[in-house]
Amino acid sequence: QQNVSININDLRTILYLYVRYDDTWDMQRFQKNFTMDIVDLDENCMEFDMVGIDAAIANAFRRILLAEVPTMAVEKVFIYNNTSIIQDEVLAHRLGLIPIKADPRLFEYRNAGEESGEDAGSEIDTIQLQLKVKCSRNPRASKDSSDPQELYLNHMVYSGDMKWMPIGNQADVFADANIGPVHDDILIAQLRPGQELDIIMHCVKGIGKDHAKFSPVATASYRLLPEITLLEPIEGEKAERLKRCFSRGVIHLEELNGKKVAMVVNSRLDTCSREVLRHDDLKNLVKLGRVRDHFIFTVESTGVLPPEVLVTEAIKVLMTKCQRFLNELDNTDME
Amino acid sequence: MAGEGEKKPVLEMVQADGADEGCVTFVLHDEDHTLGNSLRYMVMKNADVEFCGYSITHPSESKINFRIQTRGGIPATEPLRKGLNDLSDVCQHVLNTFQVRFCFRFNSN
Repeated sequence: QQNVSININDLRTILYLYVRYDDTWDMQRFQKNFTMDIVDLDENCMEFDMVGIDAAIANAFRRILLAEVPTMAVEKVFIYNNTSIIQDEVLAHRLGLIPIKADPRLFEYRNAGEESGEDAGSEIDTIQLQLKVKCSRNPRASKDSSDPQELYLNHMVYSGDMKWMPIGNQADVFADANIGPVHDDILIAQLRPGQELDIIMHCVKGIGKDHAKFSPVATASYRLLPEITLLEPIEGEKAERLKRCFSRGVIHLEELNGKKVAMVVNSRLDTCSREVLRHDDLKNLVKLGRVRDHFIFTVESTGVLPPEVLVTEAIKVLMTKCQRFLNELDNTDME
Repeated sequence: MAGEGEKKPVLEMVQADGADEGCVTFVLHDEDHTLGNSLRYMVMKNADVEFCGYSITHPSESKINFRIQTRGGIPATEPLRKGLNDLSDVCQHVLNTFQVRFCFRFNSN
């Protein structure tokens, strides 16, 4: 068992050496000690705990969530007409970063090295979107108005203007799922009268390792559960000051025998600012540390897939990686 | 090796001449710390393994050198295979636990 202790200038790992401690992998022991708890879950954001697992594997899940869970994103942009002031490449870059609401599990990867013409994509690996906007003067605007909202029609191009053009049998297969951008209110470009955009986009399946636009999470991160131990009873005015050193809700003052005694109620809420170590009379009464195998994950999805689906997909990706090498080992053994 | 010219290698084994089967460096292509560190952790949990480590040869190339040295003359592919299987089992258990917890929360809402 190892503990991490938080000091004023550094973090020290204190190793407890156990004589005859058996560190061999034991699946039963792992299953007995491993728990998960979903703390908070809403449409796009999830907070859950993983207890009893090692940092190597928890970090692998985090890395996979960021970079190896596939999504669909705009890859090829065919610009037929762009007379706006946004340059072609800047416009194409912005279009690529827009999250596209399409379940990537229902699509295949596109084979690399195909010709870059428009016929390269097929219905199982490509989504076609169209953006066609022309800005014109509003004939009904008043003479002396200066508000662009009133003067011009279609002068703001939003992601909601991107229309899905079904290829092949996509219209039947995806009849219920309306494929398009996740958010309708992402501003892509601004136009003035006479300027227009006429663009066809092809979305393909990719992973975040290739380009960050394919990452399905706004971010995925974890922190270790803080551990605050009071080495001796702290009461009265010191207890009040101790309470102010930590985030709200961490320390609670109990009334015992007429005096206020400090007790650690919820160390999870602490943000580990180490403020208590700056007070000379309090710093030796408290031991700060982190529980080494309790991970508090926060996964925020961009809206493509719900966060619980992302976590299950990430775990499956790691299993697929192991399987790939197991198959390779079996193949080389048979030769 | 005819017809293999176009196939990209996934796993290679590099062995020093004269060494026994227990000391092997595996080259895993298209991998990085994600699999490297977690697999190293699982292989180190094996009592037969004397040495296990991995390194990324160059950050521009996505491949890792994964070295295993065993004691007792056991071929190095065995701890690797066991490590991969154990890691796969861990993932399966995590997946099951997560799905149980999620259904529990979903039903209680």
